[in-house]
Amino acid sequence: MTSRTKGAARAGQYLALLAYLVFLVFPFLWLLSTSFKPARELADLHPTWIPEDPTLANYRQAFDEQPLLRAAGNSLIAALSAAAIAVVIATPMAYVMARHRTLLARAATGWVVVSQAFPFVLVIIPLFLVLKNLHLINSLPGLIMVYVVWALPFALWMLVGYVRAVPVELEEAAAVDGAGRLRTLVSVTAPLLAPGIGATALFAFITAWNEFFFALVLLKTPEKQTLPVVLTHFIGAEGVADLGPLAAAAFLATLPSLVVFALIQKRITGGMLAGAVKS
Amino acid sequence: MRRARALAAAAAALVLLLAGCSGDGGDSGGRITLRFQSLAWQQESVAANKELVAEWNARHPDVRVEYVQGSWTSVHDQLLTSFEGGEAPDVIHDASDDLADFAYGGYLADLGKLLPRRLRADIPRASWDTTTFGGKVYGVPFLQEPRVLIANARWLKESGVRIPTPDKPWSWPEFRSVTRELGAGKGKYGVAWPLKEPVSATLNLSLSAGGELFHRRPDGKAEIRFEDADAVVPRTVHDQVNVDGSASGATLGMGGSDTLPGFFGGKYAMVPLGFSYRQQIVQQAPKGFDWQVLPAPAGADGLAQGVSPQTLSVAEDSPHKKEAAAFVDFFLRPANMVRLARGDWMLPTGEEALKDPALRTEKNDWATGTALARHLRPAPAQSVRGYPEWSDKVATPALQEYYSGAIGLDELRKRLVEDGNLVLRRYQR
Repeated sequence: MTSRTKGAARAGQYLALLAYLVFLVFPFLWLLSTSFKPARELADLHPTWIPEDPTLANYRQAFDEQPLLRAAGNSLIAALSAAAIAVVIATPMAYVMARHRTLLARAATGWVVVSQAFPFVLVIIPLFLVLKNLHLINSLPGLIMVYVVWALPFALWMLVGYVRAVPVELEEAAAVDGAGRLRTLVSVTAPLLAPGIGATALFAFITAWNEFFFALVLLKTPEKQTLPVVLTHFIGAEGVADLGPLAAAAFLATLPSLVVFALIQKRITGGMLAGAVKS
Repeated sequence: MRRARALAAAAAALVLLLAGCSGDGGDSGGRITLRFQSLAWQQESVAANKELVAEWNARHPDVRVEYVQGSWTSVHDQLLTSFEGGEAPDVIHDASDDLADFAYGGYLADLGKLLPRRLRADIPRASWDTTTFGGKVYGVPFLQEPRVLIANARWLKESGVRIPTPDKPWSWPEFRSVTRELGAGKGKYGVAWPLKEPVSATLNLSLSAGGELFHRRPDGKAEIRFEDADAVVPRTVHDQVNVDGSASGATLGMGGSDTLPGFFGGKYAMVPLGFSYRQQIVQQAPKGFDWQVLPAPAGADGLAQGVSPQTLSVAEDSPHKKEAAAFVDFFLRPANMVRLARGDWMLPTGEEALKDPALRTEKNDWATGTALARHLRPAPAQSVRGYPEWSDKVATPALQEYYSGAIGLDELRKRLVEDGNLVLRRYQR
C-alpha cells in the first residue's frame, strides 16, 4: 500500500468516525438548541440549528412549574446510593463466582442472565407489596433498594468478567510472598479491579438516574419524586408536550450523567479493555 | 488502615443518609387527609387545580386535601399497582376509557349515592354513560373535547368555499370536495390527517355517520359489525389520500402536534385536531397567522362524535369516601368547572358551566366548541372488554394499511370484523 492510499484510508476512517460522532451527539445538540427556542420557533416548518431569537424562557418556565432541583437531588441520592451499594455487594459476589467455578456459581450466573428478561410490569406488584410490608413505599431507601436489586444482576455479570481478567497467578505470587487472603484481595486484586468497579458503578448510576417506572409507582408525594417522574409532568394526554420547558428540563437532566461519565471515563476505558481479554 | 477507615466512614454516611430520607410524614393530628392525584399538566390548568385545592382547605380545616401531580404517562399501570397494594389516592383523576378495568376490578367506589343531586343533574346522561358500568357510577366526567377542524382562515376565505358552522356543517361528501378544491398540488393539501393512533379518531368521528362498529347482542356480549355507516369516515380519509391527493399521506403517521409546523407553514389548509390544541396554536402560530375552528363534518347522525371525558373517581379502599365525594362536588361546582375548562382549553360537561359567557366567547373560537357539546357521545368501544387488544393488534395496523392504500376496504372489513371478533370472544367467554 502506497503512502497515498494509506493517507486516503486514514482520512476515510476519520470521516467515518466523525459521522458516527455527529450521529451520537445529534440528539443532545438538538435538545440544547430546542431548549433555547421560543414557542413560535419550535413550530417552524424549517427549523434552524441556532435559535433565531434565543430565550431563557423555557428554563424559567421549567423551574417555575416544577421542583426540578429537589427532584434532581432525589435522583442523585437514589442513583449514587444504588451505585455504591450495588458495587459493594456485587464485588465480593463476583469474585467468588469467578474464582470458584462450582455448580452453584454456574447456576447463579444462569439466573443472572434469566433475571434480565423479566419486564418491569411483571415484578412491580409483588415488589410493591413487599416494600409496603417493610414500610418502604414512598421512601427513597425503598426506591434505592429496588434499584440495587435491579442493577445487581448485570453489575455482577460485568464484574465476573473483570475478575476473570485478573490473572490468578498474581494472587498466588502474593500468597507465596506471605500475603494473607485479605491482604492479597485488598492490595493486589482490588487495584486491578478498580476500572471494572468504576464501569460497573457508572452503569448502576445511569440505570438508576434514568429509571422512570419504579419511581412513578413507588413514590407518592411530590417531595420524594425523582427527575424522570417530574419530567413527565410536561407531557399531557396522548403525548402532547410542552416542548420548550420539557427540552430545557431534559437537557439539565442529562448533565449529571455526563459529569459522572467525564470524571471516570479514563477508568472505564481501562476497565472495558481489562474485561475484554481473558488471560 | 486508612482505606478501611474511609470505607467505614462512607458506609456510616450512607446509612445516615438513608435513615434521613426515609419516613412518610403520616397523618396530622385527628384531621382527615385526602390525597388527590391530578393529571393536570398545563401551566394554567395546574394553577387552577392548586387554587381550588387551597380554597377547599381554607374552608374545610377538618378535611385537608393534599394535591399530588400525577402523570398521563403510564397512569394505568401506576394506578393498578397502587390499587393492588392498597395505596391508591383517595380522589383519582383519569380518563373515562381507562375506567372499565378498574371498575370491573372493584377498585373504584360506586358514586351513585355519594354525589349530590345538583352534580348528578348538572351533567348530561350521555356523559354519565361514559363512567357507568353495570349500573354503577365509577367516576364523574368533567372535561371533554370534541375533534374539530382547525383551519387556515385566510386560505379558506380566498378559496371561496362555504365556511361551515355548527348549524350548517359540511357533510362528509362536501368535506371531500372542499379539500379537493383547496388542495393546490405541489406540496399543498386541503387537509392533513394526523393518524398515528387511527382507531379512536376513526371510531369517534364515525358516530356522525351512524357508524358504531361495536354492537351488543341480546345476551349482552359485544360483537363487531362493519356496516355501510362505518365505512363513511375511513373511505373519506382513504380517498382523500389515495384518490384525490387532497390529503397528505406523510402526516398519516404523525401525532397532532407534528402537523402544526406544516399547518403554520401553509402546507395544509386544515388539520382535524382536538379542541384543546388551540392552546398550542395560540402559543406557536406565527404572528398574523389567521386560524379558525370549524366543526367536524356531519353525517346521517349530524355532528355526533365520541369522546372519552376526563373523570374524577374515588378509590374503593378510601376510608373517607363521603368526604372525597364532597370534595369532588366542590371541585366541580359550575364556576370551578369553568376555571378547569379554561385551564385545559377543553369543554366542561356540566350544563351550568357551559352557559358561562367565558366559554361562549368568539375569542379563540370557544363558542364553536361549546356549540358542539350537546352532540358528544360516549366513545363507542370504551366499555367493551378486549377493546385495547383489538385496537392495538387488529384495528391499528389494519387502518394504517388501509389509509396508506396498502389494502382495500374489503380486506379492512375482514380484518376488523373476523380478527376482531376472535379477540372479543376471548374476553367474553
